[in-house]
Amino acid sequence: MNRLQVVPLLDVVRESHHTTSYRFRADIGGEPGQFVMVWIPKHDELPMALSYLGPVKGFTVRDYGDATHALMSFRPGERIGIRGPYGNAFRLEGEELLVVAGGVGMASVVAAIEAFVQQGAHITTALGARTAEELLFVDRATAAGETHLATDDGSRGFHGLAPALAERLMDRHAFDLILTCGQEKMMQLVVDAARKRDIPVQASIERYMKCGIGICDACAFDDRLVCVDGPVFTGEDLVASEDFAKFRRDKTGRRIPV
Amino acid sequence: MVSLETEFAGIKMWNPTMLASGFLDETGGSLLRVYREGAGAVVTKSIGPEPREGYANPTIVELDVGMLNAVGLPNPGMVEFEREVKIALEGGALVIGSVFGKDAAEYALVAERLASYGVPAIELNLSCPHAKGLGTEIAQSLDAVQEFTRAVKDAVDVPVFPKLSPNVSNIAAYGIAAEKGGADGIVAINTVKAMAISPDLKMPLLANKYGGLSGPAIRPVGVKAVYDLYDAVDVPLVGVGGIVSGRDALEYLMAGASAIQIGTALATGGLGVFDRVKKEMSSVLEEIGAKSVKDVIGVAHE
Repeated sequence: MNRLQVVPLLDVVRESHHTTSYRFRADIGGEPGQFVMVWIPKHDELPMALSYLGPVKGFTVRDYGDATHALMSFRPGERIGIRGPYGNAFRLEGEELLVVAGGVGMASVVAAIEAFVQQGAHITTALGARTAEELLFVDRATAAGETHLATDDGSRGFHGLAPALAERLMDRHAFDLILTCGQEKMMQLVVDAARKRDIPVQASIERYMKCGIGICDACAFDDRLVCVDGPVFTGEDLVASEDFAKFRRDKTGRRIPV
Repeated sequence: MVSLETEFAGIKMWNPTMLASGFLDETGGSLLRVYREGAGAVVTKSIGPEPREGYANPTIVELDVGMLNAVGLPNPGMVEFEREVKIALEGGALVIGSVFGKDAAEYALVAERLASYGVPAIELNLSCPHAKGLGTEIAQSLDAVQEFTRAVKDAVDVPVFPKLSPNVSNIAAYGIAAEKGGADGIVAINTVKAMAISPDLKMPLLANKYGGLSGPAIRPVGVKAVYDLYDAVDVPLVGVGGIVSGRDALEYLMAGASAIQIGTALATGGLGVFDRVKKEMSSVLEEIGAKSVKDVIGVAHE
């Protein structure tokens, strides 16, 4: 069992419009792609990808609901609960990597970008968001390798969706591994484009969770669990999936459209 | 070769391990997966008449000795659950339907519905607040245990197994009440009431403040409950609480259980726990010269 640790926030960093990172010291390990359950006292406990690894860890949150909004008022020194890390990790099974991230999905892959460059991989990132202000971790991606930007409104970089930009990059360069995280419909385009070119792909999936440890069945994804069998799934898994980009479970366990 | 087959109340299982209610049992895919991983039967999440979200997170707390939970009976409701049960049944799983409700009539209604989907038995989750406002759970009122069991028995033709709570002074009396209500078997035990507090934050960890303790810490409590029930009632017993290994399972069988359930061990040992429990059970049975699981049921009373 993985005991909950209550830790003070070391810093709170505004990363982009709508997103904020919360960093803390905790001796919990962690691999790129893994997540922690974050207890926001009096509000909720939510799964959050580790966007910072190392002695100082962190997660990056989009302000989208009551609990994440409450978290916005937390200041350095205030305490939160952390348990984990949980789930599987991205695997470095190639040398020429393309990372395709959309919006806050970048928070799930940015640690992999940095770790895999350290391990000798060459990384190109196609980073998308709705607007220029919502592009996340442009600086970290740029420091790690070639970075191409896309915005839905054309306010910065390629005018369009990240998968369309990524497909152009795939046609120009021979990648041997693609990592992706973002909205599921977007990831489906990336998976399809990668499969068409026979490039292996790993995608990080998000689902509502209660336990994070493989027992409550809240994050059921086909007959698998996002918390222990994922959150990273392969292109083969996703092509065979009846749920990917189509269905998720609500808090009652009902299967509803994504 | 030791036989792991067991049979009770007309339910035949190829091995005595079952998935406990509340674990990987809200979706057909998970129920079937656990069955295919080696469980002899799987019990569904407790299903009510309407969809229910359950409590806010945190709903579980991991402890050194087990797990604390207050999930609050989330479930998709009996209508929506048909899809899930059928996926598991059509895949060949032996599925027992767990039900709850706000009164005896609701228990009967949901049990009837699940039975109509084809489940061969019904388990009653009696650890719900008592609707008549007695300030207790159903499982803490002798009259309610008998009444609710009877209501479900009258509504369905399949065997009915009330699941008893350890949060009473004398569980055997509740077993007798269940038996009077027509129970075909008894499942024991549900979780033990418990709480965890964060000293740093000066507040309970669970959103619901308190919850139920499961895992290795409660195994001796469960074994004693089964032992006492075996002396008190004639119906078969299913033992549950803190089983991680084959030896743990044998404690329950020797106390008097005809089958056992596993839940929390899935968090620490994954789905392989069913095979590990069976393997160890077989080798210990062989060492002690028993030919079959059936040979050791209740032997600790001799």
